[in-house]
Amino acid sequence: MMTTIVEKERTTESPVRVKEHAKSVYSTNQLNLWYGSNHALKNIDLDIKEHEVTAIIGPSGCGKSTYIKTLNRMVELVPSVKTSGEILYRDRNIFDSNYSVEELRTRVGMVFQKPNPFPKSIYDNVAYGPRIHGIRNKKILNEIVEKSLRGAAIWDEVKDRLHENAYGVSGGQQQRICIARALAIEPDVILMDEPTSALDPISTLKIEELVQELKKDYSIIIVTHNMQQAARISDKTAFFLNGEVVEFDHTDTIFSNPSDKRTEDYISGRFG
Amino acid sequence: MKYIEQDLVIQRMSGRKILNLIFKVLFLFATSLALLALAILLFRIVTQGAGHLSIDFIQNFASRFPEKAGIKAALVGSLWLMAVVAPTSIILGVGSAIYLEEYAKKNKVTTFIQVNISNLAGVPSVVFGLLGLTIFVRALALGNSILAAGFTMSLLILPVIIVASQEAIRSVPAELRDASYGMGATKWQTIVRIILPAAIPGILTGSILALSRAIGETAPLIVIGVPVIIQFLPSGVMDTFTALPMQIYDWSSRPQQEFQQVAAAGIIVLMAFLLFMNSIAVFIRNKFHKRY
Repeated sequence: MMTTIVEKERTTESPVRVKEHAKSVYSTNQLNLWYGSNHALKNIDLDIKEHEVTAIIGPSGCGKSTYIKTLNRMVELVPSVKTSGEILYRDRNIFDSNYSVEELRTRVGMVFQKPNPFPKSIYDNVAYGPRIHGIRNKKILNEIVEKSLRGAAIWDEVKDRLHENAYGVSGGQQQRICIARALAIEPDVILMDEPTSALDPISTLKIEELVQELKKDYSIIIVTHNMQQAARISDKTAFFLNGEVVEFDHTDTIFSNPSDKRTEDYISGRFG
Repeated sequence: MKYIEQDLVIQRMSGRKILNLIFKVLFLFATSLALLALAILLFRIVTQGAGHLSIDFIQNFASRFPEKAGIKAALVGSLWLMAVVAPTSIILGVGSAIYLEEYAKKNKVTTFIQVNISNLAGVPSVVFGLLGLTIFVRALALGNSILAAGFTMSLLILPVIIVASQEAIRSVPAELRDASYGMGATKWQTIVRIILPAAIPGILTGSILALSRAIGETAPLIVIGVPVIIQFLPSGVMDTFTALPMQIYDWSSRPQQEFQQVAAAGIIVLMAFLLFMNSIAVFIRNKFHKRY
């Protein structure tokens, strides 16, 4: 249903814009998910384009975190999860039995709600991904670490203390190290699950600016409980409620002219 | 209206305070009693055994004559025993813990296994001795060798090591696993690079405490038929041997009064051994202290 809105727009928009944003990274078709008997996601249809920031908003328990964790199949770490429907990542169904989760997660990086660096040095944190994927060459590793830390806008702050424990820096810096760690595997998509909810306003601002930078090279899907944040940084916004997608559209449209009454109530702060 | 009358509360305060004091004294008494018992034990052993403790005591083999009796064979035997027990029990124990925590599906079968492992930790050591006698000594025809005794002791402490390792693995924060899996790491890579390094202090502390228990156990050795009077050192794991607690048990059951002092000296050596192992555990715990 929601895809039809997007498709309709695609035909009405100027051809240049269509060309820019035509490619999908993720197409979700009739996705359902159950935790045991709890129906957490209901008939989700979403089409996520590359080089865009897609924000997912909604009240607590609406399924937004579950959905983003389904995109790299991290949700399956919870026992008794069942899914139906399909999610196409670059035209391949991620639930296919011959599509290994390791392969999928090599292309799709993730940043978590709470900064979760490993109890290792900053360098070893960022080099973790390349190392598990078989890169041993010290010179290449050095380059990847520097490039990733620069990409996450934290290089200047930590370049003199790369071999100190990552727990020694502030929470905001830890979160940017975690972003650098995700960049180090050179992913195609970056999933962010409320990446600023544990951070102070200044660190939040830095991460938001970073997201704007990153979308030039990556497609970003970000879950946030902060509507202003979604309005500031995203191109498209999906509003989730009780496990369903109520509305999915351009962020400006969602925030200025929502078509569903529930979306309007939520963004105007009447509930949630 | 007010529900709490401040004046009345203060009037009745003394009763609460007395009760508080009574319990404080009671708990202090309990602690003192335990410490007192330990102090008496130590005092008796040291006064009895210190006189017999000498370089000769460490260097001599067992003897009929108390003044010539030494602990060499038992000390070396216990070291040999540890050389078998430590690798066997730690490899099997940590392996089982990793399987149960990381690989096994949580269902009725694993719950059943889990309950039984915990129960095994409480089975008397003499029962493990009988098991060792049946399987290792007789069925596998290992005789009363270091290997047979070592395997029996490993079985005895295996449940403790498994449970301690499981606790250590479980205490590794889920966020670290998520971060590793989220980058496409396999389960094995995550275990080796993230989970084990974070869990190692807990695993080693638990393992060393379990090994300390194995060093002091006597019952399984008696059941297996480990001899006491040995005048040579073992040259391999298939040789027979004797161990510290066996030697102490033998000395303390002899009629001559002098042997009581020899036994006390043996106990001092055993306790020094235990203290040494426990301090290794403390050292490891501090050195690899968790940083998250």
